[in-house]
Amino acid sequence: MGCFLTNSSLGRKLVMSISGCFLVLFILFHMSMNIAAIFSADAYNWICAMLGANWYALVATVILAGGVFVHFAYAFWLTWQNRKARGNVRYAITVKEKGVDWASKNMLLLGVIVILGLLLHLVHFWSKMQLQELLGNHENCLGLAVTDGAALIQYTFSKWYNVALYVVWLAALWFHLSHGVWSMVQTVGWANDKWYPRLKCLSTIVATLICGGFAAVVVWFYVQHLLANCSCCAGC
Amino acid sequence: MNFTLKIWRQKDAQSKGAFKEYKVENVSSDTSFLEMLDILNNDLVHKGEEPVAFDHDCREGICGMCSLHIDGHAHGPSQAVTTCQIYMRQFKDGATITVEPWRSAAFPVIKDLVVNRSAYDQILQAGGFVSVRTNSVPDGNAIPIPKADADESMDAAACVGCGACAATCKNGSAMLFVAARVSSLAKLPQGKVEGARRAKAMVAKMDELGFGNCTNTGACQAECPKQISIAHIARLNREFLAAKLED
Repeated sequence: MGCFLTNSSLGRKLVMSISGCFLVLFILFHMSMNIAAIFSADAYNWICAMLGANWYALVATVILAGGVFVHFAYAFWLTWQNRKARGNVRYAITVKEKGVDWASKNMLLLGVIVILGLLLHLVHFWSKMQLQELLGNHENCLGLAVTDGAALIQYTFSKWYNVALYVVWLAALWFHLSHGVWSMVQTVGWANDKWYPRLKCLSTIVATLICGGFAAVVVWFYVQHLLANCSCCAGC
Repeated sequence: MNFTLKIWRQKDAQSKGAFKEYKVENVSSDTSFLEMLDILNNDLVHKGEEPVAFDHDCREGICGMCSLHIDGHAHGPSQAVTTCQIYMRQFKDGATITVEPWRSAAFPVIKDLVVNRSAYDQILQAGGFVSVRTNSVPDGNAIPIPKADADESMDAAACVGCGACAATCKNGSAMLFVAARVSSLAKLPQGKVEGARRAKAMVAKMDELGFGNCTNTGACQAECPKQISIAHIARLNREFLAAKLED
């Protein structure tokens, strides 16, 4: 079995599919958690406390990091093999084939943008929350309590450049998911001609739900910041 | 009609190739693309030059011998036809047409536009058959097969093994070819018996020959002259994974 997941092209694709499915489920959960911040800072902080430096949260973090590592390592491995298989001489003329999505041909590029965004996200949040808890600190470098995730969200998304970076990141994630979700179903062999339109529609819905949910939180807190600092609304 | 042709010329597998421009003039609009190349070669032979080498055989779209990447498309700009089935009326008079060989590491150029596609033969030899005693043709109704299954099997069996799928795929993947062969047999009771062994053997050979990994772009399906669906790739995935899980 171990050999098959590394030695066979279909096995390697299965690893991409299952790790991708795991990551989709995680970000769906993460997005749902973030939405709570719009409605109640206390509710969001209660979730943050649940997912702090507890043993189960740490185990989950390690598994999640493993999933991300496997997905990206396999992506680079597969791409390297694919470039080798394509050969050194490329076509002088290339065109866009009918019905082929741009995202499907640029998954690695989109994935790289996603992982760069992820690193930024870890710096913005994980390094100021769970990491600080692990280090035994009660406050992060911003002077905020390490358990006060809502305040950290409020601070991070009061900066226009952070908002812009997160929107670009989420747009890349949307394109990545719009191909990735139906592709993982195809890889495990559950697709057919009747189901392709349905699966592609489902992919669009999942991608929009996840990225839209994340973007809603980013935009909500930025708008709140603008309203709070708007001189016209000062008296309201 | 008059055309400027930019054709890939390469002396042999070891030599470095390059594009060379040729003019073909007063070609009838009803001339097929391969006939136009015949006319060009006639001119070249009369001039004492080396004719352009290209693959062809039946010239009616069933043998899978013709190839050519024409203006960015495998088998030219028309849908669902092989190169031998395209005509010069499908191009604009005065157009410059770029003709390249298949580009894939597993299909090395032999000369000019001719590539070595024996990798597909090797994949077929690995398992693309049914191991039964071959006597006379049995009665058509002896083994009942549902119409839908027979149709699906025939759709997959339409694959002519031309190599357009691997040549089009940005990953150099031969999955559509392997899937079509596995699927056409897996849908029939005669082929189903060896389904697991076949899927494993053909995928292993495909990997061994250096074809790339499928990333489900669907470009192969779009350029396939026989319009083989990627649903057959899903079936191959299913057959292969089920076989591996049983090991």
